Amino acid sequence: MGLEVSLHRAEYLRRVKHMKYLVWTARVGLLAAFFVLWEAAARLGWIDAFILSAPSRILGTLKDLYTSGELWLHLGTSCLETVVGFLLGTIAGALVAVGLWLSPTLYRVFDPYLVVLNSLPKTALGPVFIVWMGAGPGAIIAMTLAISLIVTILEIHNGFMSTDVGKLRLLRSLGANKRQILFKVVIPANFTTIVNALKVNVGLSWVGVIMGEFLVSRAGLGYLIVYGSQVFKMDLVMATVLLLALAAAGMYQGILLLEKVLKKHLGVSS
Amino acid sequence: MTVRFENLQKTFQSADGEVHALADVSFDVDAGSFVSIVGPSGCGKSTLLNILAGLETPTGGRVLLDGIPVDGTTDRIGYMPQKDQLVPWRTIWGNVTIGLEIQKKKNPSELQRIQELLQRYGLSDFKKSLPSQLSGGMRQRCALIRTLATDPGLLLLDEPFSALDYQTRLTVSDDIHSIIRHEGKTALLVTHDISEAISMSDRVVVLSARPGRVRSIHDLTELRGLSPMERRDHPLFHRYFNEIWKELDLVGS
Repeated sequence: MGLEVSLHRAEYLRRVKHMKYLVWTARVGLLAAFFVLWEAAARLGWIDAFILSAPSRILGTLKDLYTSGELWLHLGTSCLETVVGFLLGTIAGALVAVGLWLSPTLYRVFDPYLVVLNSLPKTALGPVFIVWMGAGPGAIIAMTLAISLIVTILEIHNGFMSTDVGKLRLLRSLGANKRQILFKVVIPANFTTIVNALKVNVGLSWVGVIMGEFLVSRAGLGYLIVYGSQVFKMDLVMATVLLLALAAAGMYQGILLLEKVLKKHLGVSS
Repeated sequence: MTVRFENLQKTFQSADGEVHALADVSFDVDAGSFVSIVGPSGCGKSTLLNILAGLETPTGGRVLLDGIPVDGTTDRIGYMPQKDQLVPWRTIWGNVTIGLEIQKKKNPSELQRIQELLQRYGLSDFKKSLPSQLSGGMRQRCALIRTLATDPGLLLLDEPFSALDYQTRLTVSDDIHSIIRHEGKTALLVTHDISEAISMSDRVVVLSARPGRVRSIHDLTELRGLSPMERRDHPLFHRYFNEIWKELDLVGS
């Protein structure tokens, strides 16, 4: 009997492993096939490599960027701007959300303004920021903030307001003050909401930084893309897009790691 | 601890108008006794407990605790809500000590007392477990220990068994009844279940439909000293049940 069960178990584990292997092979294969096909199409003259570039040309461009030291300058500038914008947007957004949670009257006053600001396309404010902050990293970070701040406020406040009323009442019956209610119930109960806000903000911060760099910059991935397209160096544009994808994915993985660490540390089982 | 309700009234205001929840409620709870409040749904039972717990203020009348009017929440009252309300991210130990943590009374002797409560009521092996790993009955017992942890003189039970299935309900109410008796607490139970009220209490207060007022008070003297299970088998059980049932029925029509 026991043998039979373990046989089933082994079969199950084998299937799980097989499936994982299959998925990973397909993932890597798809990427490899894409690049091989691209390269082949360029070499065989099916596509114009001057317009659409080719993996070998992208690789060459990356090598040049690396040897000239420009790679780290541009990558570093954009990453720094993104991290600063992300931290400012997330922290300020969370603080405002807490404030609005503490005072429902304040929330009622600000509600229509938040709704309007949320639906406003923030890129429209780009030129305004340039005039105010000057053509530099200041305007880029302001752009990033404008894009991520309001969404963060709305999302976190919404999560806070939907905290289980029964748990709030229980804490009040134990004599808890607002600060205790916030830290002992509201924040831990909204762990998933907060992590989701972080995940969304990483993406939005990149949007803000690239938008900002399109408008004003002398360094950064957004600058490289604009510069590359203006001088028709499509290899440079494609190489930068590739770098951008890697950097954005890396930061998203960072958030996933943070989520794991926090979950373990706080004992939160969402 | 004694409780006295004096001409308690409560009216809720909202954009849609006024709701008269309690019209005029007066009755007493003696020290160390177990009193149940039954009434049709929406008769203001929970409002009564919320006022007593200091979570809501009455629009008229007052509540006296040991002769002193209630004014805000107090650590002398333990409130046990409808659902267990254990927080899923804290262990059982973290949940039962949350009251002491809030009241900043976490000291070795208090923690030792909670440890003994867990031991006595069969939960000490689950200290490090999360609530999701416990059965419904155990969670309810854990919620009671959390309520007892701050050592209140009076326990308010707001339909604490309504989320449990029938089997668990019977055993858990037996459990909880004996725990409360053993700890010598005064208890006030709100329920819509007549048999639950008769099986657990010394006195049953019947409220009328909204706006709630006291319709009748039954002292179950003959059933004193019996456990809920024994009471359910007692010949007088059905007489009380029918009496209260008829009153609730009249109230409803």
